[in-house]
Amino acid sequence: MELLKAQNIEKKFVNHLALDNVNISIPENSIYGLLGPNGAGKTTLIRIINRITAPDKGEILLKGRPLQPEDVNIIGYLPEERGLYKKMKVGEQALYLARLKGLSKRDALKRLKYWFEKFEMQAWWNKKVEELSKGMAQKVQFVTTILHEPELLIFDEPFSGFDPINANMLKQEIIELKKKGATIIFSTHNMASVEELCDHITLINQSRNILEGHIDDIRKKYKSNIYEISFNGEIEKLEKSLNKYYEIIDKTKVNGHNAVRVKLLHQTNDNELLSLIIPSVEIISFNEVIPSMNDIFIKVVNEYKN
Amino acid sequence: MNKIKLIISREYITRVKKKSFIVMTILGPILFAAMMIVPAWLASMKDTDVKNIAVIDSSGIFINKIADTDYIKFEYLKNKKLEELRANFSELDYYAVLQILPNITYEPSAVHLYSKKQPSFSVKSHIANAMEKELQNKKLRSHGIDEEVLKSIKSDVSIRTIQWTDDGEEKESSTEIAMVVGYASGFLIYFFIFLFGAQVMRGVIEEKTSRIVEIIISSARPFQLMMGKIVGIALVGLTQFLLWILLTFIIITGVKTVFFPELGTKNTQEIVVQDLLEQQNIPQVETIDPQNMDKFTSILNSAKSIDFGLIFGSFIFFFLGGYLLYGSLFAAIGSAVDNETDTQQFMLPITIPLILGIFVMMNVVQNPESSVAFWFSIIPFTSPIVMMVRIPFGVPYWEVALSMGLLVLTFIGSTWFAGKIYRTGILMYGKKVNYKELWKWLRYKS
Repeated sequence: MELLKAQNIEKKFVNHLALDNVNISIPENSIYGLLGPNGAGKTTLIRIINRITAPDKGEILLKGRPLQPEDVNIIGYLPEERGLYKKMKVGEQALYLARLKGLSKRDALKRLKYWFEKFEMQAWWNKKVEELSKGMAQKVQFVTTILHEPELLIFDEPFSGFDPINANMLKQEIIELKKKGATIIFSTHNMASVEELCDHITLINQSRNILEGHIDDIRKKYKSNIYEISFNGEIEKLEKSLNKYYEIIDKTKVNGHNAVRVKLLHQTNDNELLSLIIPSVEIISFNEVIPSMNDIFIKVVNEYKN
Repeated sequence: MNKIKLIISREYITRVKKKSFIVMTILGPILFAAMMIVPAWLASMKDTDVKNIAVIDSSGIFINKIADTDYIKFEYLKNKKLEELRANFSELDYYAVLQILPNITYEPSAVHLYSKKQPSFSVKSHIANAMEKELQNKKLRSHGIDEEVLKSIKSDVSIRTIQWTDDGEEKESSTEIAMVVGYASGFLIYFFIFLFGAQVMRGVIEEKTSRIVEIIISSARPFQLMMGKIVGIALVGLTQFLLWILLTFIIITGVKTVFFPELGTKNTQEIVVQDLLEQQNIPQVETIDPQNMDKFTSILNSAKSIDFGLIFGSFIFFFLGGYLLYGSLFAAIGSAVDNETDTQQFMLPITIPLILGIFVMMNVVQNPESSVAFWFSIIPFTSPIVMMVRIPFGVPYWEVALSMGLLVLTFIGSTWFAGKIYRTGILMYGKKVNYKELWKWLRYKS
C-alpha cells in the first residue's frame, strides 16, 4: 500500500523543465531514498509534496486521494537549507512552529518537554537561537520537524552539519520513527546512509526519475556476477581449476589471506564455481559482490548521459 | 485561519517585546509632551525681574506716557544729564537709560536706549509701541481730533470664521487649528507608512535570509505568512500610536496639574487645543494672558468645532489603508531581494508617491479646495496623506467616501499583486532580480 504517489508530475520554470513526467510511489512505513545529482529536481519534487509549489501537470495522491491543503499538518519537513528566527528564543520558537503544524499549545509543550529532555536541550529553552552553535540549532530544528508526529517525514540531507555522534543519534531516531509507523522520504548524496537506511529508492536525473524500486532489487539488478573468494592456498592452483567460463578479474588480499574476484561468464552459477575450486584450495569465504549504491548511482547517471 | 492568527500574534508579540519598541513608546510621548510643554514653560518663565528704566525726556512729550508693565518700570528723571548716569550706571539700579531728544516729533530716530547688556526685545518693542502710539495721538490731536474720537478709533480686528454645515447649522471654525491638525496627521501617516512599511520589508528579508521561510510555508500558505506579517505589524503600529496618545495626555495633564495648576481644570479636549495653540507659539502667550481670555475662548469654541472623533476615525482608516497598500508592496520588495542593500532599485517607485504626497500636503494646507488637493486626495497612492490634511478643513462626504473606496480597492489589488511576487520571491536565492523578472513571477501559476 502506498502512502504517497506522484503521478506524471511536470514543473516548468522560466528557462528549464525542473520535473518531467516524474512518477514515484512511496510505500507506507518505508524509508524512501530520493537520490540524484545536484540540480536534478529533487528539491522541486519535495516542495511539490510539501505544497510549497504546485506542479504544472500531474498530481500527488496521499493514501489514494489528492493531496489537500490540510495535509501539510501530517507532513514534517526538514529542508536542506535550515534556519530559525535568530532573535527568537528556542522554546518560543519550537512552540510556534509546532502550533503552526496544528498542535495545541498544551500538547506541543508536553511533547517539547519530552524531546528536550531526551536530547538534553532543556538548558537552551530560554536562549536565543543566535546564541546556539550550528549543531545545536540543527537539533532544535530536528525536534520541531518530528514534534507533531507526522505520518510523512521529509528529510533533505539530514546529516549535514552533525558530528558523528549526533549523526548517529539522528540515524537511530529515524529508524525509531519508522518503527513507530512513519513513512520517511530521505534525500541525500550520502550513499552509505542510503544503503543503511533506505528500503526503496528513486533516482532522479535531469528532471526525470530513471530508476525506482526496492533497494535490494535494484542492487540485484545491477549485480555483475562477480564473486569474491578468500582462501588458504596458492592462487595458481585456483586459477588452474577454473575453466573458460570463469574469469579472474582481480587478485587481492582479505585479512591477510589470498583473495580473488571471479566473474561468471555465460550461464554458469555460483554452485558450479564452488565445486570447481573446492578441491584446489581451502575456502575461507565466498561472497557475491553486490554493487554499492555509489557504484550504481555513478553507473546509471553516466549511462543516461550517453 | 488559525494559522494566520498564530502568525499575526508572533509578529505582534516579538515586536512589542523588543527593546526598541518600548523605548520608542516611552520616548515618543516625552518628546511630544516636551514639544508642547517647553514653549509654554518658556513663556511662563518671562523675565520676572523688574527692570527699571530711567527716562530722560528732553522733548517733554512722553513724561508719564509710557505705561509701566508688571516687569518694566519707568522712572522719569528731570534735570539729569546722560553723562551723570553713565558715570554712575553700575551703582544705580537701572536696567537701561532711555534718552529722548527734543526733535522727536519730526525725527523718529531721535531716541536712544543705553544699557550695559543688549536690551531684550520685549523691552525695546514695548517702548517703541508706546512711543509710536503717543506720537500718533499727538499728531492726530494737532489736526483737531479730540480724545473721544481717538479712543473710539482703536479697533482690534480678529476674524471669527463660521462654517455653514450641510444640515443648515453654523459652526465656528479655526483655519489655524485645521492647518495644524491637518499637517500633523498628514505627516504622521507619511511617517507611519514608512516606519512600519520598512519593518514589513525587513521582516520578510530576515525570514528569507535566515531560511526559516521554507519551514513556515511548509506549514502555512505564503499568502498567510505575508498577510500575517502585514497585519501583525499594523497592530504594532496602532498599539504604538494609541500608547503615544495616551501617554502624551498623561504626561501633559500631569505636568500641567503640577506646574500650571490654573490650567489643571480644563478637560482634555481643551488641553489638546491649548497644546496645538502653543505649538504655534505666538498666540500661546496671549492665551495664557487673562486679558486675552475672550480670544482664547473663541479659539476654544472653534476647536470644539473640529470633530476630533471624525479626525481620529479617519486617521485610523487612512493610516491602515495607506499602510496596507504600501506594506504589501514593501513585502513584495523584501521577498525579491537577498539583502537590504538590494532594495534600492525597487524602493524608488514606492518612495516617489509618498514624497509627492508630502509636497502636495504643503500646498493643500494653504488651499484645501484646489483641484490639486482634490485629485491627490482621491488617487489612492497619495490619498492617505493628502485627504488627512483636508479633513480638518471639512470635505464633502462623497469625496471622502470615494477616496476611501478607491483606497480599499487599491490595497486589495496591491496585496494580490504583492502576494504573487512574494510567493515566488521568498524561494529565490542568489538571483539578481529586475523588473522583467518580477513581471515573469506575476504570471506564474500558483
